[in-house]
Amino acid sequence: MTLSKTSLNRRSFLKVSALAGGGLFLSVGWLAGCKPGSKEAAHGMPEEWFRINGFIRIGENGLITIMSPNPEGGQNVKTGMPMIVAEELDADWSKVVVEQAPLDTDNFTRQFIGGSQAIRMGWNVLRQAGATARQLLVNAAAQTWDVPANEITTESGYVIHTASRKKAHYGEMASLAATLPLPENVQLKDRKDYKIIGTSRKNVDAQKIVTGKPLFGLDYKKEGMLYAMIIHPPAHGLRLKSFDASEATGMPGIKDVFQVKSHQDDYERTFFDTTSFTDTVAIVGNSTWEVMNAKKAVKVEWEEFSTYEESRDWNGRKEKRTIPAGLESESDQQRKMTDAAKKARTLRKDGNPEAAFANATKVIERTFYGPFLAHNCMEPMNFFAHVQGDKVECAGPLQKPELTEQALSSRLGIPIENIHIEMTRLGGGYGRRSYAHWLIEAAVISQKVNAPIKLMYTREDDMTGGIYRPMYQATYRAALDKDNNLIGLHVNAGGLVEPPSYPNRFPAGAIENYLAEEWVVSSNITVGSFRAPRSNFIAAAEQSFLDELAEAMGNDPIDFRLELLQRAKQNPVGENNDYDPDRYAGVLKLVREKSNWGQNQTGISRGVSAYFCHNSYAAQVVDLKIENGRVKVEKVVQALDCGLVINPDAAKNLSEGCVVDGIGTAMFGELKFEKGQPDRSNFDRYRMIRMAEAPKAIETYFVENGEDPTGLGEPGYPPVFAALANALYQATGKRLYRQPFAGQLG
Amino acid sequence: MAKFNLTINGKSQTVDVDPSTPILWVLRDHLDLVGTKYGCGVAACGACTILMNGNAIRSCVTPVSAAEGAKITTIEGLSENGDHPVQKAWLEHDVPQCGYCQAGQIMSAVALLESNPNPSDADIDNAMNGNICRCGTYVRIKKAIKTAAKS
Repeated sequence: MTLSKTSLNRRSFLKVSALAGGGLFLSVGWLAGCKPGSKEAAHGMPEEWFRINGFIRIGENGLITIMSPNPEGGQNVKTGMPMIVAEELDADWSKVVVEQAPLDTDNFTRQFIGGSQAIRMGWNVLRQAGATARQLLVNAAAQTWDVPANEITTESGYVIHTASRKKAHYGEMASLAATLPLPENVQLKDRKDYKIIGTSRKNVDAQKIVTGKPLFGLDYKKEGMLYAMIIHPPAHGLRLKSFDASEATGMPGIKDVFQVKSHQDDYERTFFDTTSFTDTVAIVGNSTWEVMNAKKAVKVEWEEFSTYEESRDWNGRKEKRTIPAGLESESDQQRKMTDAAKKARTLRKDGNPEAAFANATKVIERTFYGPFLAHNCMEPMNFFAHVQGDKVECAGPLQKPELTEQALSSRLGIPIENIHIEMTRLGGGYGRRSYAHWLIEAAVISQKVNAPIKLMYTREDDMTGGIYRPMYQATYRAALDKDNNLIGLHVNAGGLVEPPSYPNRFPAGAIENYLAEEWVVSSNITVGSFRAPRSNFIAAAEQSFLDELAEAMGNDPIDFRLELLQRAKQNPVGENNDYDPDRYAGVLKLVREKSNWGQNQTGISRGVSAYFCHNSYAAQVVDLKIENGRVKVEKVVQALDCGLVINPDAAKNLSEGCVVDGIGTAMFGELKFEKGQPDRSNFDRYRMIRMAEAPKAIETYFVENGEDPTGLGEPGYPPVFAALANALYQATGKRLYRQPFAGQLG
Repeated sequence: MAKFNLTINGKSQTVDVDPSTPILWVLRDHLDLVGTKYGCGVAACGACTILMNGNAIRSCVTPVSAAEGAKITTIEGLSENGDHPVQKAWLEHDVPQCGYCQAGQIMSAVALLESNPNPSDADIDNAMNGNICRCGTYVRIKKAIKTAAKS
């Protein structure tokens, strides 16, 4: 056992001590939805709930509710995070019911999903929440039985005093436990004693998902709710000039048509306050179809905007960002990138790269390109809002509720404490739902019509609405000496509107003479976080280049990487190298073993790739063949190091998703602009991977090394692009430098 | 507006809507059956898949006027307690990630297995081609369909 000082937000407990008398009765709203045969009903409804802390409520009959603090977007944190609490609580998982917490900054910290950090950042907090509650239950039993607390043990929801043969379930101690003072220190379990963590537990929402229960924002309804949509400009670089709603307002079911402003012009935007179109036209009516029809009848005039400045506060770094005027086309953007790449700034320089290139016998130079990508969450952007005077109720899917709440408060002039945000399940996030301008639009619309409303973007509104994965370009140059040794590496990378650089990541630290440069091109196309930001491009470029380099050097691609990692470990070049060479090598060695690397199979082409991002390591081997001109991915074997794996089957599911998503995006993902207008707006033209194109099999293995847990929402995604490209090269003899790959294979 | 008598999940329902209203929005907005999802509105993603007389159709492009007299089944009507063999197989393989597309995936799978109880990999690929899963659960979906086919 590890002794751990309790450091949970004190307020989480103060609320209890202030209110606790004989225990605190809490809402049992979620039980109203109990179906016969469900877990809740099987164990019987408690008559009373006792709030042990912000995470845990225990019924007098032993049923336990664990609040899942972070939004759930498909990574299964709603199962994994409560599993950690339940482990330290020493609960019986079959008697645990999980409930999604609303945004509640008094009781929870860091209620957001992004950067694959939910489990990593939640690890200590969640363990402490469980362990503290467990200790309170032990203390309550000690007091009740008049025995020393240190003689009491717990097991699967019971407190036990062996000497006096006393045993009680947690429910019997919950009332008293809820009133006791907090322990100063709590014992955390040794990993060898884990019964829940490390065992596969089913998705707590799966039953609801497969039976079509309302779980998502788009499913949220309230009495008297109206339906709303917006019209945004058809092209980036345009803004609203005027509109004529005379026909639309007369159409059946239509309540109102008006202009909506999501941010005031002088608003200092924080990190996630990106909007493509601050001024839109809202249509509000009685039903979705009526609003959709009226939307087509609104006549809107757009005009080109002039260059303007936007105030940004990037996590404390203040910036006036210039948003250029103009209707951009892909050809202009390509040209600007080519020009900008010549004026790059240096990020890192080790040794003497200029001399290395001057002395090189051979220089290999390759330029890689990645297009804009739309997130395409299957559930389009939407939110419910009800503004009543100075009170706001909202519900829907978003990744960063706390940050959006601040923007909302500023826009409405309503204090944060009067805003309640309920978090529904996200029908996908991938970064897009970090930018919640639609929540602000929904609230502004509700305020104007003085009614509860649900705003929904159509697929076209969503796909053409911006905040894309940036357009990227990276040039890699390698200097080889006469013996084919790698003596220098130069990377020059940039993008519209953000660069993809990570100058301190591998292979930095493994190469004597190294130069990393970056540049950026401004644009009025909005960009933002997209699954594994920056890594999602630079890994593809870097790992494809390393494959080509290994070949030029006559080396095996895995051996080549391992040799570089060995150098980075034994005699690292430079400082701040942002990876652990042993863990990086660990996934490569595991994937080599599990894929039987080196054993050729007839008709199968293989490619390998590895990457480290978001605190976890991933390596993949793609096996494919080309049949009648079509790529058939037979198998992907992947090795991951995310430290301790909380819920193995769920971790596999998520990592399989990274592989499928990565292959789909590498093959088909692309959005181009012509005069500011995206060239596709729905799934008829924006090609997404479908079942026949997915790998036939995916095998996932985890490195076991005793490290603390890190996340998996992103780490498996970036490397698979290159594993695919490298396998395609083996199949076709053609290196692929431009995404997407489909269309270049014929 | 016009009145339509519909048979949904074995129950007779009357709605008074514009005849052009897609069944999807009748289900979601008027009948509170929100298990059927909107994804694209142009029959390109399969999230809105329901059964009409046992065939998988895209409810986002099928007007309510086409549904009169037909037997409509939605995800809510697949089974009483979520124990249809396809639903059970989905749970066994813990298929969903975000879960948004899964109702449509399940309905397509049900239609496939009703017409072809023992589908090959190619049959599954063909039948499921219209259903996008953005999270990438295809490998599990295929396994679940095979499990359901065995039961």
